[in-house]
Amino acid sequence: MMSRIRGLDESPPSEAARIAGLRAVVTDGEIHIVTEAAARIFADLADPQTVNKAKDDGWKAPLWNALSAAGLPLAWVPEALGGSGATLAEGFAILAVAGRFALAVPLAETLAAGWLLARAGVPAPAAPMTLAPVRPHDRILIEADGRLSGRATGVPFAQDAAYIAVLAEDRDRQSIALVDVKDCRLGAGRNLAGDAANVVTFDRMRPLHYAPAPEGFEPLSLPLMGATIRSIETAGALETILSLSVAYANERVAFERPIGKFQAVQQNLARLAGETAAALAVAGSAADTLAQAAAFDEAVFLEAASAKIRTAEAAAESVAIAHQVFGAIGFTQEHILHRFTLRALSWRDDFGSESYWAVELGKRIARRGADDFWPLVASR
Amino acid sequence: MSADLHFDPIRLPPECEALRAQVRAFLAEEIAAGTFDPHEPGRGDSHNRAFSRRVGAKGWIGMTWPKRYGGHERSQLERYVVTEEFRVANAPAQLHFIADRQSGPILLKYAPEHIKHDILPRICRGELCFVIGMSEPGSGSDLFAAKAKATKVGGGWRINGSKIWTTSAHVADYMLGLFRTSPPTRENRRHGLTQFLVDMKTKGITVNPIYQMTGQRGFNEVVFDDAFVPDDHVMGEIDGAWKQATSELAYERSGPERFLETFSLLPELIRALGPEPDLRGAEGLGRLVAQLHTLRRMSVAVAGMLQAGQEPTVEGSIVKDLGTIWEQKLPERVRGLAAFTAPEITNRTTLERQLAFATVLAPKLTIQGGTTEILRGIIARGLGLR
Repeated sequence: MMSRIRGLDESPPSEAARIAGLRAVVTDGEIHIVTEAAARIFADLADPQTVNKAKDDGWKAPLWNALSAAGLPLAWVPEALGGSGATLAEGFAILAVAGRFALAVPLAETLAAGWLLARAGVPAPAAPMTLAPVRPHDRILIEADGRLSGRATGVPFAQDAAYIAVLAEDRDRQSIALVDVKDCRLGAGRNLAGDAANVVTFDRMRPLHYAPAPEGFEPLSLPLMGATIRSIETAGALETILSLSVAYANERVAFERPIGKFQAVQQNLARLAGETAAALAVAGSAADTLAQAAAFDEAVFLEAASAKIRTAEAAAESVAIAHQVFGAIGFTQEHILHRFTLRALSWRDDFGSESYWAVELGKRIARRGADDFWPLVASR
Repeated sequence: MSADLHFDPIRLPPECEALRAQVRAFLAEEIAAGTFDPHEPGRGDSHNRAFSRRVGAKGWIGMTWPKRYGGHERSQLERYVVTEEFRVANAPAQLHFIADRQSGPILLKYAPEHIKHDILPRICRGELCFVIGMSEPGSGSDLFAAKAKATKVGGGWRINGSKIWTTSAHVADYMLGLFRTSPPTRENRRHGLTQFLVDMKTKGITVNPIYQMTGQRGFNEVVFDDAFVPDDHVMGEIDGAWKQATSELAYERSGPERFLETFSLLPELIRALGPEPDLRGAEGLGRLVAQLHTLRRMSVAVAGMLQAGQEPTVEGSIVKDLGTIWEQKLPERVRGLAAFTAPEITNRTTLERQLAFATVLAPKLTIQGGTTEILRGIIARGLGLR
C-alpha cells in the first residue's frame, strides 16, 4: 500500500545519503496517511485488551498478514529490493504508533533488518525478520568464504522470525548478511515482557546472501539506528502509560473522591507527563535528525545517544509512577498496564543501554573538550 | 490512545546561526574589554546600564516586537538564540531582561497607544529596567490573595501596601504590579485585582533591600505609601487581571534561562575530568549531556510553538519543572563526579568557586517564577485532573 502512496525517490539521493539510506523528509500529510493506516491495523488486530486476554498466539498471523499487505514490515526496503520504499521519517512515524500499542510482533525488527540489508543491496525476503547483534559487545565474524561465527545475545523475536539480518566483521571491514534462522543455534530466552529474546549462535554457518557494507557505514551506524528506533517505541509506550494512568486516576474513587483529585497523585502524574514529554521530545528530535542527515556524524551521535539515555531514564521513572497510580490492579496479569511498562523497561537493553551510551557520549564530549561543548549542544 | 503533548523537532533556521555568530563575537569583545567574566557567575552586579544600551544598539532587545514601537520584528527563535548565548556566557543582562521577556509583551497587549510609544522604544534601547510586583509578605504562590490596594481618586489611583521578592526593584524604572481594586467575590476569588504600570520614581515608594543567602542583593521589599498612579497607567481590565495572566506564562517559563543559570559548571567539569575520563566520570558526564540536550530540544520546541502563535502553557510548565529540577541537582552531580579528579587539575579553584555558588543558589531555582508545586498543578490541570 505504501508504495502506492509513495514510490521511490524522484531524484537520486546523494552518495552519503545513499550509504545511510537517508532521504529528504516527507510532508506531514503523507506521514499522517501512513500512521493512520498503521493505527487502524493495530487497533483492529493488536488491541492490547484482546491480545492480553488471548490464550495463544493465534492473533499474530492475521496481524502480520495485514501489516504485510500494507507494505509496513519492508517499508525501509527500496522497491527494487522487494520493499515498499518508504522514507525513514515514515518508518519512524509507524514505529511511534507501534510503541503506543506496545506491539509484540517483530515489526520494528523487520523494518530495521530490511534497512540493514538494503545498505548492502541484499534483497529482503517477505517474512518476519530480526537482526543481530543488538548488544554492543557482541561480535559476529565473517570469514573469507562468507561463513559466520560468533554469538549474539538478547536477539529480539529470533525464534519467531524466519530470517536474521547480520552485521558481521572481519579484520578491517563490515559485511551485511542474510541468514536463515534454521541454520543458527537458538538458546531460549525472553525479555521482561515475555517476548522472545534469544541467544543466537553462528557456528561457522553459511548465510543465504552477504555483501560488504558500503563505504562510510561505521561500526556505530547500526547501534545508532537501533537506539533511535527503541527510543521512539519507548516514547510511544510512555504516551499510552500516561493516558491510561490519567484515565484511571479520574475513574478510581478512594476516600470518596477520584484519586486524581488528590494533590499527591496529581504531582506524580505531572512528573509522569514531564518524563513522557522528555522522551517524546528527544526521540522525535533524534528521528528527525536521522531522517535528514547526510551521514552518521557527530550530530546524529549526540541525538541518538541522548535519545536512548533519556528515554530509558524516562521509562524507569514513568513505570514506577504509573504502577503507583494503579496500585494492586496494575500489578496483575489481567490488566494491560504491564504490556507497556515491561516493554518500555526491556527496550532499555537493546542496542546499548543508557549506561553504555552515557559512557560513549561522555568520552566523546570529554575528547572534544570544554570549549567545544556548548557549540555542539547549540548546533542542534 | 495518546496523550496530548506536543514537542515538535523544531530546528533553528539559518538566519539564527548567522545571528548566533554575531552574538558570540559581541560577547567576546565585551569579555575582552572586561565588562564581565564568563567564569564568575554571581560575582559583580548583573545590572549594567552601559552594557544594556550596547545590547539595545545591536537590536537584541524587543526583538520580536513591532518596528513602530522600536522593536525589530524578528522571530521567537532568533530571540531564543540571543537569550541562550547571553545566559551561557554569564552576560550581565538583568537590567533589560525582565522588560524584554515579560513586561514589554504585557505593555504591547494592554497599554494605551501613547504609553507604548513612550516606553517600548526605550526598553528596546536598553534604557529601562522593569520589576514585577506580584508577591506580598502574605501572598506568594497564592497570587490572588494580594492585599496591596489601589484606591480610586481624581485622575488616577492611590496605592498602599507592599510588594516583596521584587527582583531589581532597587534599580528599576518601572514596576508592573498587581493591586487590589475590589474585594474578591463569592463566586470568583480571583476577581478584584488590576495590573498597573508604576513609575518607580513616584513619591511615596520606598525600596528596602533584602539580601539573599548567596550574599547578592537579588530582591527587595517595595513599600507604597499613597503613591499616585494616573488612570492611563491601568493595564487592561479593572478587576480583571486574572484573565490576563495566563498567556505570558509560556514565555516566562519555557526559556533557556530556566536551566542555564549555572551552565558554566559543565564546561568546568569537562575541563576537570580531562580528555580521557574514567568510566564513572564518562557515564556521569554523558547522562548530564543527554539530559541537557533533551531540555534544550524541549525548550526550542516551545519557542517554535510560540512563534507559530500557539499557547503551549502546559508544555512551557513542563520545561520549567524539568529544567529547574535538573539544574537544582546539577551542582550535586558535578560535585560527585569531580570528587576523584586529579589533585593537579588546573581549574580546581574556579570549579570549586562555581560549585559553591551553584550549591547555594540551587534552592531558589524551583521557587522563582512559579514553584514546582504550582507548575505541577498547572500540568495536572492540563492533563484533565482538575
